[in-house]
Formats: sequence, structure tokens, C-alpha cells
Amino acid sequence: MAIWVNSDTRLICQGITGAAGSFHCKQMLAYGTNLVGGVTPGKGGTLFEDKVPVFDTVAEAVKATGANASIIYVPPPFAADAILEAIGAGVELIVTITEGIPVMDMVRVKAVLKQSKSRLIGPNCPGIITPGQCKIGIMPGHIHLPGKVGVVSKSGTLTYEAVGQLTALGIGQSTCVGIGGDPVNGTNFIDVLKAFNDDPGTAAVIMIGEIGGNAEQDAAAWIKEHMTKPVAGFIAGVTAPPGRRMGHAGAIISGGKGTAAEKMGAMREAGIEVAATPADMGAAIVRAAERKGVALKG
Amino acid sequence: MNIHEYQAKEVLKGYGVVVPRGRVAFTADEAVAAAVELGGKVWVVKAQIHAGGRGKGGGVKLARSLDEVRALSAQIIGMQLVTHQTGPAGQLVRRVYIEEGADIARELYLGVVLDREASKICFMASTEGGTEIEEVAEHHPEKILKEWADPAVGLADYQARNLAFGLGLQGASVNKAVKFMKALYQAFVEKDCSLAEINPLVVTGGGDIVALDAKINFDSNALHRHPEIVALRDTDEEDPKEIEASKFDLSYISLDGNIGCMVNGAGLAMGTMDIIKHFGGEPANFLDVGGGATTEKVTAGFKIILKDPNVKGIYVNIFGGIMKCDTIANGVIAATKELGLSIPVVVRLEGTNVELGKQILRDSGLALIPADNMADGAQKIVAAVSGK
Repeated sequence: MAIWVNSDTRLICQGITGAAGSFHCKQMLAYGTNLVGGVTPGKGGTLFEDKVPVFDTVAEAVKATGANASIIYVPPPFAADAILEAIGAGVELIVTITEGIPVMDMVRVKAVLKQSKSRLIGPNCPGIITPGQCKIGIMPGHIHLPGKVGVVSKSGTLTYEAVGQLTALGIGQSTCVGIGGDPVNGTNFIDVLKAFNDDPGTAAVIMIGEIGGNAEQDAAAWIKEHMTKPVAGFIAGVTAPPGRRMGHAGAIISGGKGTAAEKMGAMREAGIEVAATPADMGAAIVRAAERKGVALKG
Repeated sequence: MNIHEYQAKEVLKGYGVVVPRGRVAFTADEAVAAAVELGGKVWVVKAQIHAGGRGKGGGVKLARSLDEVRALSAQIIGMQLVTHQTGPAGQLVRRVYIEEGADIARELYLGVVLDREASKICFMASTEGGTEIEEVAEHHPEKILKEWADPAVGLADYQARNLAFGLGLQGASVNKAVKFMKALYQAFVEKDCSLAEINPLVVTGGGDIVALDAKINFDSNALHRHPEIVALRDTDEEDPKEIEASKFDLSYISLDGNIGCMVNGAGLAMGTMDIIKHFGGEPANFLDVGGGATTEKVTAGFKIILKDPNVKGIYVNIFGGIMKCDTIANGVIAATKELGLSIPVVVRLEGTNVELGKQILRDSGLALIPADNMADGAQKIVAAVSGK
């Protein structure tokens, strides 16, 4: 079991002929992801890697392939339009890797998204993977192991770090979701936590946040109220100076709010096992699971 | 991206936001000429730096004669202005804004921000003008009025009226405030602002609504469609190392410690700073080389780290996803050979092509310190710089 993506997921890629799109599509094909089509306006009718059909529009691609998910590698100035096109074509799951989409574009996209049935993951995220079944994103597939720990994170490389630690401990993952580090995104911590809580294949969850905004505090409050499974967490940016944007558009302490200390405090208060350092994330979920008597292996 | 007050006022004026008349000046002579041109009997001489809190730091003065304009401008231009946002070293003032004196009846606050949870633009207004909004939020949250603009229709008239009446405005001032706020919303959206703050927003004796101060930040992801805003950039206000980094599309922020960090991914870069601190070290910088780093970018990153004289060691921490470990390894070697490193460098590689990356480092014959994992690397670099 897993959440949102599995071996039945039928994926198309918007921006399949670009440098990043083509590189990662090859990687996803190699992982076994069911990549059924691609979209690049003006390149319809061609084949990617001699087998994946390319279409001019998402609507055509969906009609021809029955795709229910799309991954977007379109450059920032055109990415919002690509998301809107996928929503317009009724794609159920839209994963946007693109980093650097203007916030105002995402404000408009979010308003349309709220009135649709699509789920958007990202932007500015590594994607989503159900190990052994389906990889939609840019994460290195080989570090993953099928299993029972769900991972949700604002940061790509910190997700890899957590996954690497779990795999080294022989603990597999159910699904890993990168929600991205932008101030306006499609799927938030609580959406993912709810799905993990309801997923019989997930036994415990690692949640990785960072400075800026209030999403981790809101998630902690939700966990305290509703989560039945053990949760471990980490917040990046204890050493981040206030008022400076730390790489991610959303990672900024403003007006003394959104500090790592504040977020870790909220997490501890909600009973979450907070990792002391990013090297302690795997061990932290083991501690959290032991405390609740939950098995992470097998 | 930040701009100066006088530039912000010019941008806002273009949308119909009412601002006092003023002129920028780079010398005392220019300041006097500006005051003559503006006319009147009272002028305000305002230091133009990007940091806030200029008034408290002595960078904003009232002049009641042209002689005072000259004397105050001469005093402010060239001063090292220290505010709560500049740090103890302060910021050199290179230009002043000469503005006509305003007839102030009331001082209010108006701010426009992105509300992340609502994913909407939020207007915040308060009767507590002149003070910092964070303080009001802390002690009197009930005094902050909020309205959220729907992206499809913008800030509606009734929402602006709610704020105007909430601020206690009366008569013709209400409609003037509505017009002001709608103009501000339009400017915010069309120029892709990330923050606009009018503090204080002034009601004059005649009931006019005027932006006495204006601070605007822009979304750096949207600058590609605003060359007119990019032209307002003042690199004197930025850290030279950060400017150099931006040329190579590297995300770099200078800090006070002595351990340079080169990491891929913003979250891991922050996490690396945190783990250095955890093991008793102090990070000298945040540096995210990003997903598409080349050997050239890695070399540039090394050069920027080494420009900081405080750096006594470097921790390279890479978990490759998009980034391939062999690319990083080649970059580290190229940089080390070119720059002749005399300080310890700890390298931790993991992820795509990790074995190839490690092999390249081993074969280089360079005195790089390999690390098995993130914690191991952090402990090794902390030990190396502290001479243990």
C-alpha cells in the first residue's frame, strides 16, 4: 500500500523534450514508472526514446493515453500555464518540479486549483515516489526501499538524507512526498499526513520542515488532534539569520515568526520525536516507533 | 529584491498612490538645489539605505532652512547609519531624499503581504502608525485589521472601505483611502511585489491620504518580466560576495562563523549549518549550489567561500539527486588545483554516481578529508578548524 501513486499510475511529462525533462524521463522509465506520454507544444507526433508518444497539448495526451498524472519540467516563466493546462485537462495528480515560479502566478493557479479535482504537488519539489512501484520526480531511485515509513518534506535533499538513513537501517518507505519550499504550494503537510494516517501500508511518518511560514505548526496541531501513528520530525534552519531568504522562496524568518525553535517547540508539544540534527532523522523515527510499540520492518 | 524609499514612491506614484513631492540628492549641493526646486519652508532630509529603522538611527531629520538642508545632508551623506536591521557595522549612506514637509494629523499603518496559508494577498491596516507592525501584532493583535483580496477580482471597494472605516477615517478621507488602497493593490500585483509597507500612512490636516514612507520588496522569481525594476537595483546595498554568487546562479548568504559550507539543496544547506553548530562549530555561510551545478559553478562557489577571510575550513556536503557526485568531485578538484587550498576541506558525497565521485577524489591525490555521512563530516570539519 502507499498513497497517491503506485504501479497503476499512468504518467505524462510536460516538457519532456527539454534537457531536465528528457534526462529525468529516462531515469523514471528505468525505474519502471509507467510513463505513457509527453507534451511539448509543436513536437506532437514524435516519439521520445523511440517509444513514448509526444503530444502538442495535455488534453490530447490524456485522451490518447488515459493518463491520470503529469510531471512538469517547464521553465519558470511558463510553468504556471503548464499547471493550468493540466488542471484544464482534468489530470488527477500534477507534480511540478520547476523552481522559481513567480508567487503571483501561483496565487492565481491556486485559486483555479481550489475549484478543481486535481491535486498539485510542488512546485519547487523533488516529486513523489512509492518505492519499487512508481517514481515521479528527480529523486535518486536507488536509495529507496519499499516499506512502511511515509516521508513528507519541504526539502528535496533532506528527504534523500532521511530516506538514505532509513534504507541504511533496513527500514523501507511507503511513499515519499516532497511538498516543496515555495510560499504557495498545492499540497501541504496536513494533506499528506491525513493520507498517511488513512493508509494501512504506512506505519509511521517522518516530517521534514524548515523556517518560514506556519505550515509546520499547523501540521503539529493536526497531528496532536488526529494522528494515530508515530511521527518524527526535523526543522532546518536553527542557524538561519532572520530576514534572509535561505534559498527556498518560502524559507525566511520575518517579524520574528517562523523560526526553527518555534516550529520544533510546536512539534514537541504535539508529541512528535524531534531529531536533534539531520543525521538523526532515521534514529528519531525508530525511537518514536518503539515508544508506541509500532514495528517499522516486515 | 529591495529598492530605496524614493524609488518605491516613484513606482507607487505611477499607479496613483499619493506620495509627498521629493527629489533624490547625492551631494549637499544637490540637496539644496532639490529643496529650492520643491519650494516651501520645511523639508525632510531622509537617508536612503535599504534597511528599516532609519529615523531612530538618526538618518531622518527635519530642516527649517536651506542652510539646515545643506548641513544635515552633509552630515547624513557619508555617515555609517546603524539601525536594528543593519547590524552593528551599519550601512554607508550615499544618497538622501529631500521631501516637502507634510501636515500630519494622524499616522496610520498599511501593509500588503502574501498570506501563505490563504494563498492570497492580504491587506493589513492599523491605527498604530509609526511603530513596527510586529510589536503591534505581539501586544495588540486586535488592532490589526485584515482583508484578503481574491485573485480573480482584486481588492474590492467594500474591503477597502472596511479598512478605511476601521481606521476611523471620515468624510472625503474614506474614498481617498479606498482609491489609495486599490492603487496600491494594482501596483503590488502588476509589479510582482512580495511586500509593500506604508508606515506611516498619513492623514493630513486637509483630510488627504499620503504615503509618508514606502517600502517595497519584489519577488526575485518574477524579475525576468520587470526590467524596469531590475534597473533600480543598488548593488552598494548588497554583500559583494552575494552579488558574485548571483552571477553564477548560486544561492549564497554570508554568516559570522569560520566553517565554509558548500551544499546542494536549500534544506540540506540549512541542515548542514545546523549540524556544524550542533557539534560546536560556527558556519561561515549558506551556499546552495543548486540542482544544475557544473564544474564551473562549484569552482565559483569555492572562490566565493574563500573570499571570506574568516573561513578556516570548508565542508562540502552533497546528496546527489539531480546533482551528480562526479560533477561535484571534478569541481572540487578543479577549484582546489586552481586556488591551491591551504585549509582543510571535508567532502561528503552520497547519491547519484557516488562511487565514481569518491574514486575521482581518491585518484586526485589531493589532501581532502573524506566523510562517511553527514554527522561524520560535520564532526571532522569542526575538529579540523579547532585544531584537534
